[in-house]
Amino acid sequence: MSDTTPLSSDVPAAGPAIGQDEWVARHAERRLVRGGRLGAVEERLRAVPWWAWLVLFVAAASTMPAIESSGYVRRVGFDTVIFMLLALGLNVVVGWGGLLDLGYIAFYGIGSYAYAIFDSGQFGYHLPTIVAIPAVTALGAVVGLLLGLPSRRLSGDYLAIVTLFFLELFETVATNGDTIFGHNITGGANGILNVDPLSFFGHALPVQHNGIFAVSYYYVALGIFAVVFVALRFANRSRVGRAWRSLREDPLAAEVMGMPVNTLKLLSFATGAAVAALTGTISTALSASVFPLNFSPVVLITVYAMVILGGSGSQWGVVFGAIVVNVLLQVLQNPGQARVLFYLVVAGGVVLAFRLSRRLALLIVATAVFGAVVRVVAGSLHRSWVDGAHGGIAHAVSDWVVVPVRLAAWLPPVAYGVLLAMVLGLTLLRHPVLRLAALVPTIYLAAFVWENVMLPNPGPTRYVMLGLLLIVLMIARPNGLLGERRVEIV
Amino acid sequence: MATFTQLTVDALTLGSVYALVALGYSLVYGVLKLLNFAHGDVFMVGSFIGYGALQALGGASNPDVPVWLLLLLVTVAAMAGCAVLGVVLERFAYRPLRDAPRIAPLISALGASFFISNSMQLLFGAQQRDYQSYNLSGGSLYFHGFDIGQVHVPLLRIITIASAFGLMIALWYLVNRTPTGKAMRATSFDREAAAMMGIDIDRVIVFTFVLGSALAGAAGVMFALRVPTAASVGFTIGLKGFTAAVIGGIGSIPGAMVGGLLLGGAESYTSGYWTTTWSDLVVFTILIAFMIFRPQGLLGRADIRKV
Repeated sequence: MSDTTPLSSDVPAAGPAIGQDEWVARHAERRLVRGGRLGAVEERLRAVPWWAWLVLFVAAASTMPAIESSGYVRRVGFDTVIFMLLALGLNVVVGWGGLLDLGYIAFYGIGSYAYAIFDSGQFGYHLPTIVAIPAVTALGAVVGLLLGLPSRRLSGDYLAIVTLFFLELFETVATNGDTIFGHNITGGANGILNVDPLSFFGHALPVQHNGIFAVSYYYVALGIFAVVFVALRFANRSRVGRAWRSLREDPLAAEVMGMPVNTLKLLSFATGAAVAALTGTISTALSASVFPLNFSPVVLITVYAMVILGGSGSQWGVVFGAIVVNVLLQVLQNPGQARVLFYLVVAGGVVLAFRLSRRLALLIVATAVFGAVVRVVAGSLHRSWVDGAHGGIAHAVSDWVVVPVRLAAWLPPVAYGVLLAMVLGLTLLRHPVLRLAALVPTIYLAAFVWENVMLPNPGPTRYVMLGLLLIVLMIARPNGLLGERRVEIV
Repeated sequence: MATFTQLTVDALTLGSVYALVALGYSLVYGVLKLLNFAHGDVFMVGSFIGYGALQALGGASNPDVPVWLLLLLVTVAAMAGCAVLGVVLERFAYRPLRDAPRIAPLISALGASFFISNSMQLLFGAQQRDYQSYNLSGGSLYFHGFDIGQVHVPLLRIITIASAFGLMIALWYLVNRTPTGKAMRATSFDREAAAMMGIDIDRVIVFTFVLGSALAGAAGVMFALRVPTAASVGFTIGLKGFTAAVIGGIGSIPGAMVGGLLLGGAESYTSGYWTTTWSDLVVFTILIAFMIFRPQGLLGRADIRKV
């Protein structure tokens, strides 16, 4: 949550105070205040102190293991916290510093590998956790600094290139690291195994209890998340944070105003890298292993999607984005849940687009009728064309969607291509009646493609959705869900 | 000596493929100042379309048409298909973001790249497609050819290198000696001024995408003729082509060609004289060194910022 309006308790009531710039305090964060009831609610929520939200969030998250005893769900929870941490770190570089760092995951990897090297049988080191974690974090910061040094003079595109290639470099070294001049440093493609678990004051936290994910790691991760969140929030509200924002908005003006732009860039890189390295340690401790494939560009794009969806620049935004994207990815793994999700999203999208109006009712009726007609025709032409569905909801839905027993080889690409063409064509249509008319077969075809092409193949489907999400976000809402449009002080 | 000749032939073949991909990157960057991360995936789609066309024309072992016509049709099909893909990409992923801050089209390009490569994987599976070009006309494409000393240069390689160079020369002619090319150069120099001079910017940009994507499609077919391709290959080749464009000077067409050949040379000589695993490392180190000491590349123009 960002700072409150000028009429808040932040303003020094009794004149200037030491260490507090009065003008800054009054003008620091001006925001667009929404009107109406929503605006009033929003202002009330913003009046709540920032730490209350954090405490509430951590408390709510802590109750998750009590509700869910499934090891899988707990593991998903842990992964979500890891992604939240990664998103927080990326937010520092991209959201606050405005630097497009496409090599961020390399720092995550360096932290993971460093912890694995410090605490495993690879070289025989077994540093206690209380030493290893700060050491790895510091190492991450140093590497971030080193990457930032040659990148100081590079502007947006070139910086993206260099950081992307740094990531590739890291991947190459990690994958081939078992034969660096004869020494096995990174274990190559097989990674490093048998990494020590976290141990505090001599007590090792076991990674599993009877084969189920140990909840203690979840709490450790939550604790670290809270610490990092608070630390970054203080950094954001300090002079450094304001300098970062000025750098992000207009680097040239910042430089002209006397901001040490290069130092700020280095600091931004180093901070982001330190957070990423820290995340790497706990993640590796839990998995007790580290592989080069864990740090592929796929992970990079996932974290970027989280930051962008949530709203780069807003800490709670990226946390929220991380939760949404990770849960989405998990849900899309499971065909039953993914099916429900699809229909929910389509229904929600349609309601949002048309509000509750006669057109909406017309659309729903037309789509239902259209689908039923097609289904009946297909069923009467050939029984096997509609008999392919298995399982509860799928069976119910297959009364509306055509689900063949076997798909002809040419059908998926053609259907997919036609659907893509129809959706893109829809965005070009202007006439409202035509639009509505074209929407009906499009929705039906989308359901058909979803059932028959995408659900049976959850792996690539998740990433197709992610890519689509990124494109649509940048076009429709580049500020993400919780990002803010700031009012410019002219 | 034989090794060196063999490696040089490899360098030329690989380099011409990289050069074609790099040209696409340079063309688009010159006109839009956008790094089109989805370009490598357009390349991959090109090789898939070529495969589809090959199968439609009877397959490599028993084609319905003479071999030279087969190759021509396959390449043309891939180029046409990729051109369409490029146009769609530009129209829906990049045009709405033309005036947005630079980070927006970059992220959109990343998303598009993800979308395309995973869609192909979704629709066609992850397994490799082999053109089986050694079956074409009983393997004559490999047996014929000429010998330099002990090294046999197969006809297929000669065709690849020759057609790549032919395309590059055609592109050079198009950009430097025709009015359309002049419009492209004007747009890349200063978009607003070009618009004021009466050049239809949208058309020029669409045409640039058509050109770049068609070249990538041709490169896709040439690459797939020698090496079986899969849906995941697009990212690697795209990255290498991108490196070539940056080394040669992004935005510069002769730079892309030079960069491509240089990169092909670096990769094949390193693989030959050292090991294959570290050839990637050498390539990336060269690039990072270039970015630090000469960001504008070999033939690029240094960016002069007007304050």
